Amino acid sequence: MNSKTDDAKIHSCCGGDKKVSTASKAVESETHTEQVSASSGELQLNIQGASCASCVSKIEAALKQVSGVTNAEMNFAERSVLVMGSSSSHALIKAVEQAGYNATLANTDSDEAAIEEKEQADWAYYKKLMRDMVIALSLGVPLMLYGLVTGEMSVNTTTERIVWLIVGIMTLGVMVFSGRHFYVGAWNSFKNHAANMDTLIALGTGTAWLYSMVVVFFPGYVPEMARHVYFEATAMIIGLINLGLALEIKARGKTSEAIKRLIGLQAKTARVIRDGHDIDIPIEDVLLNDLIRVRPGERISVDGLVVEGQTSIDESMLTGEPMPIEKRKDDEVVAGTINKSGSIVFRAERVGKDTALAQIINMVKRAQNSKPPIGRLADMISAYFVPVVMIIAVISALAWLNYGPSPEVAFAIVSATTVLIIACPCALGLATPMSVMVGVGKAAEAGVLIRNGEALQSASKITTMVLDKTGTITEGAPKVTDVVIVSDHSHNDVLSLAASLESGSEHPLAMAIVESAKEQGVPIHSVTDFQSIAGKGVEAMLNSQRLLFGNEKLMIDQGIELHHYIDKAQRLAADAKTPMYFAIDSTLVAVIAVADPIKSDSIDAIKRLQHNGIRVVMLTGDNRLTAKAVARKAGIADYVAEVMPEDKANKILELQREGEIVGMTGDGINDAPALAHANVGFAIGTGTDVAIESADITLMRGSLHGLADAIAVSKATLRNIKQNLFGAFIYNVAGIPFAAGVFYPFLGILLNPVIAGAAMAFSSLTVVTNANRLRLFKAKEH
Amino acid sequence: MMIWINLAGLILIGLIVWWFWLYKAQSTQIKDGSIKVLVKDGVYQPANITVPAHQSVQLMFVREDATPCAETLLIPELDINETLALNKRVTVTIPASSAGVYPFHCQMQMYRGTLVIK
Repeated sequence: MNSKTDDAKIHSCCGGDKKVSTASKAVESETHTEQVSASSGELQLNIQGASCASCVSKIEAALKQVSGVTNAEMNFAERSVLVMGSSSSHALIKAVEQAGYNATLANTDSDEAAIEEKEQADWAYYKKLMRDMVIALSLGVPLMLYGLVTGEMSVNTTTERIVWLIVGIMTLGVMVFSGRHFYVGAWNSFKNHAANMDTLIALGTGTAWLYSMVVVFFPGYVPEMARHVYFEATAMIIGLINLGLALEIKARGKTSEAIKRLIGLQAKTARVIRDGHDIDIPIEDVLLNDLIRVRPGERISVDGLVVEGQTSIDESMLTGEPMPIEKRKDDEVVAGTINKSGSIVFRAERVGKDTALAQIINMVKRAQNSKPPIGRLADMISAYFVPVVMIIAVISALAWLNYGPSPEVAFAIVSATTVLIIACPCALGLATPMSVMVGVGKAAEAGVLIRNGEALQSASKITTMVLDKTGTITEGAPKVTDVVIVSDHSHNDVLSLAASLESGSEHPLAMAIVESAKEQGVPIHSVTDFQSIAGKGVEAMLNSQRLLFGNEKLMIDQGIELHHYIDKAQRLAADAKTPMYFAIDSTLVAVIAVADPIKSDSIDAIKRLQHNGIRVVMLTGDNRLTAKAVARKAGIADYVAEVMPEDKANKILELQREGEIVGMTGDGINDAPALAHANVGFAIGTGTDVAIESADITLMRGSLHGLADAIAVSKATLRNIKQNLFGAFIYNVAGIPFAAGVFYPFLGILLNPVIAGAAMAFSSLTVVTNANRLRLFKAKEH
Repeated sequence: MMIWINLAGLILIGLIVWWFWLYKAQSTQIKDGSIKVLVKDGVYQPANITVPAHQSVQLMFVREDATPCAETLLIPELDINETLALNKRVTVTIPASSAGVYPFHCQMQMYRGTLVIK
């Protein structure tokens, strides 16, 4: 029987999924059911009280009579019914109730509800496992203690046979009650020609129990020294493995804390302004272009643009940027962030699954489940593991029967059982995914979105980091710093003409000049015959004058005399400014310098990268002198200047040919080819556009510290994976031969199956616990 | 006596190899573009599914096993990973793909199945 779900999702024929909140709310609130009735499409209900197959037709008939319903199909196995057409959920539920059953809306899509349900399911499973464990150990522990104290676990007299028969039946009870899932799982897998952990446990405990029962029933067929029973092993192993599984569930819960925190950022309601009134509505009902009011201390509900008011917003939970960001009219606000100071009204631009937060959650979830290449070997081994262990158990038993000391049969049974029990495919299987889960989550907390396991692994190996200059090392917002007038034109005239020419260009340097003209209030005119000369500059006509603006190359190409102003330009460039020449009718009239300041924390972040042994290379389309000056200021020894966008990718390939593992960081738009060619492409986001980036790793804040954090967290995760894989491999590689008795001839010891059971139960737990250690990881900024 | 025991052991090893590795399990042909896959008691039912090539189909997973391992469904070759909520139908759309064998499994590979696209 399926669980009852509380949320509903209506697949609307008009496109898009519309979610409504809990069923109870849906039934209670007329507004809500109206919302449902407005949609036409499919709706799923969970049915309670349907105990026989004949209920199916009754429920379907009842639903089909509801106005607007075109069809209803019930799935008896799932106790759910799919209703097609257009009708209110309220009417549908009522119809089912009138037919004598109960119904709730099904199919949740809310992340929060899903997490809650998962936690409930895990808790229920944990309790079941703990109960099974207590029952199994309450038989196993006394039996084991009895064996340890008296040393008497053999069957020699009739009384002993009767007592052990009773114990054997009790053990069978434990197997059926506490270990049923192992046996059912093993049998089902067997029928499917597959073998898994259940197979090993079932075979191990089953062999021990069967052998013990043979000793009880037919002691005469077993050599006297081998008339030993192993009921305590069966009960103990079942108890311990259930305990291990229960503790593993607890530990696993902690691995998903990061995603829970992200999901928790989603607001539940929004204060929408409708018909001039503020009304609180569930966030699922917010529509595009709704105006939403947010007061200080409240969470932003969906993505949008501020239309009224100004405030500062704490975006740290998404970007890792600790300082609140000032927001005013036309600025973007992002769902999940917190309004700090003022009251604002914003227009909803992205709702539901389209918000940056929803996309981030989705991306983190997907990345957490993906596997880095390092896990492939473990996967390959897992695929063959169980049958190989079964074969080793058979070989081990045969070896003891052929060459072992007396009692050979007992030794053979003990060794085969112990081999089956100690082998742990789970530890191998869990080694990689658990660490990835925690590592990717940890990165997300620091504002670093890792696309998948492969990116995570590659990032840990980076030897060279290529940084684009503009917008990556620098602020990306250049400002005019110097206007050197060469002719008899006034400062304002020059700025006005230059800005008029540059207003047609989208180059950041051009925008700086236009911005400067606007700031100084000089007029900007329309130009004609605008032409962009790639990599050099621009030209256009204004009032029959030919305006030309660009670098030295452009001026030389056009035969314009630069005189000694080349020296002046070089001095400006040496000061990390970008000098450009402005000519009117083939005569130089001014040298204008623009500078893009280095971000305040770029220098520290670059030092962090270098401190970690990473070679940092700066790429820029800027001139050599400016590039040199910026590189020097930023503490970068390697830089390549005057690089055309298409050459950036070639530079990456060149570095890769030198044997470097190259990370490339850029703004993700102009640098797309270079990002794609790099071993790991890092896109620097600005908090909102991040989720749509296609880079391997996206930094949600502009700081290059995110880059160092990403590499640090990747390295820590890979180290953790390696520890887990090493532990799991060594455990099996050493444990299985030990269990088979390889060391017996030298040391005279054979592993007890109960100890093997404990080791197996705790090996997976150790892996999960080690992965959880990653939660304590903290990237150091200095 | 030992000869027979050893022979039995060798036959048992042979049977293990045959049953788990050499035997080609029957595959369930998908009909009407979708199929329900039950995730229960250690196995996907059905575990081997045949899908027509170059045609998008839907696998509707219903997980009835509370083991956390069974929660994640991975089809690595198709870059699909899905979380299977307990007792819920989770529809996984398989994009139109070229012929081939695409294994699917849980995180620890205890649950295993194959998607045969032909």
